[in-house]
Amino acid sequence: MMQSIFPVLYLFAAASFILAIKWMSSPTTARRGVIIGEIGMLLAVVGTLLRAEVVTYQWIFIAFLVGSAIGVPIAYYMPMTAVPQRTAFSHACGALAAALIGTAEYYRQMPHGVVMIALIVEMLLGFLTFTASMMAFGKLQETLPQRPITFKGQNFVNLGILALAIIIGVALILSPERTWLFPIFAVLSLVFGVLLIIPIGGADMPTVIALLNSYAGLSASAMGFAFDNKLLIVAGALDGSSGFILAVIMCKAMNRSFTNVLFGAFGTIQTTAKQTTERPVRSATAEEAAEILDSARKVVIIPGYGMAVAQAQHKLRELHDILTKRGIEVSFAIHPVAGRMPGHMNVLLAEADVPYDRLIEMDDINPEFPRTDVALVIGANDVVNPAARFEKDSPIAGMPILNVYEAQTVMVIKRSMNPGFAGIDNDLYYLDKTLMLFGDAKCFVSGIVKELNAVAAGS
Amino acid sequence: MLAAFLGFELIRRVSPLLHTPLMSLTNAISAIAVVGAILITGAKEASTLTRVLGFTAVVLSTINVVSGYLITDRMLKMFKKRGAEKK
Repeated sequence: MMQSIFPVLYLFAAASFILAIKWMSSPTTARRGVIIGEIGMLLAVVGTLLRAEVVTYQWIFIAFLVGSAIGVPIAYYMPMTAVPQRTAFSHACGALAAALIGTAEYYRQMPHGVVMIALIVEMLLGFLTFTASMMAFGKLQETLPQRPITFKGQNFVNLGILALAIIIGVALILSPERTWLFPIFAVLSLVFGVLLIIPIGGADMPTVIALLNSYAGLSASAMGFAFDNKLLIVAGALDGSSGFILAVIMCKAMNRSFTNVLFGAFGTIQTTAKQTTERPVRSATAEEAAEILDSARKVVIIPGYGMAVAQAQHKLRELHDILTKRGIEVSFAIHPVAGRMPGHMNVLLAEADVPYDRLIEMDDINPEFPRTDVALVIGANDVVNPAARFEKDSPIAGMPILNVYEAQTVMVIKRSMNPGFAGIDNDLYYLDKTLMLFGDAKCFVSGIVKELNAVAAGS
Repeated sequence: MLAAFLGFELIRRVSPLLHTPLMSLTNAISAIAVVGAILITGAKEASTLTRVLGFTAVVLSTINVVSGYLITDRMLKMFKKRGAEKK
């Protein structure tokens, strides 16, 4: 009788996960989604603890405590700008967990047939996602160089290692008793994870993170097959497909294919796209910028990764408030791949209390640019580069961009003239109507705000 | 398979506005691996090796569950606050 309630519990848990994701589709129901997700998880865990197979509890509870002790501070003390890193880190945790479970199960049972296939898939994805996510984490945290690292024959080596790992995996499936093969398999998967990420530059991180999300989910799903556990299959598949869809959206937003992102790192093109001549740019001070903004009627702010680095979102909110108060229409244009992960900018601006109906997506804002008096670009680069639209041989050709160049005046806050992560020069900066505002995004925006406040006080 | 399809349908309707919270939510959900970890750690005949591996896995996925849900909630609170203020 006891055993028969587990499928029901698991069914409820799976249903709550589906509802959770469904409710995520709108900001008004999203929090409900989180709560139902938590309930689902609780059901799943309690249900599992009650199972007859589980007899020793002390280690499990110690592990819960340790995990919570690490997880809670991460959740509460991590600044919002570090969200991409945390996500990468958490993919790493999840993937490693899956891989370790697979390993444990392998040594415990030496399973054959379908179960072994599922285990091998689980471990392959788990191990490679673990190292890949750690690499992504390192790159996002800037402990590793963000520039793509490439070497000759890289794709060949990568594919070779993957192929070797798969061959050994197959060998293990055919005869699981060959335990000596197992460590080789694990190491190859781990190495492939590292190699997968080194050639990927900062600009592609949103895609990669989404993809890793997908792998982590698929790994959990494979585990579900290995354990014959429907809940794991469902939850893992949900996660896998959500990550995959996000990755596809990101790719579309850059007009690149999966394979291109994974194997065709910008790195190879970078050397050829080097700046040839020094061209003159016009620069301006905070006072001048404030004046121009004050006389505008419609302002569009385009935030990018630079805003996140400088933590300028709160100052931007002040700017938004003061301009709105002076009767100027302010909106934020969000490019799908701005920042380092999907939706990165939205979260930061929401943290700073910018109303989310002021955040406008690319397709909706683009027709607005010709009517825009001032486009203020903050720490964004490639997503506003007109080369993507006009230069066929540009590495980012065909990537959908924000049509900032159509605005009456363009102002760009930037630390220096260094090209962005794609390493491509941006023609936008050399237009006659473009003003370069050199400096730290946060300082500069607060400078503008100060000026505007002074004007407001004077009038 | 059905779940994957369902996932596709559901995600497509999520606005980019919520992609980051969505991701951390799916992250937390993928920590469902904790179920497998528990089964392994708590098993009667578990050897030291499996127990150590299982233990680590439970720790890792608990980190994900806890921080995943908490941070999603924290992010959404920020969206929510705005919405309430405006009404």
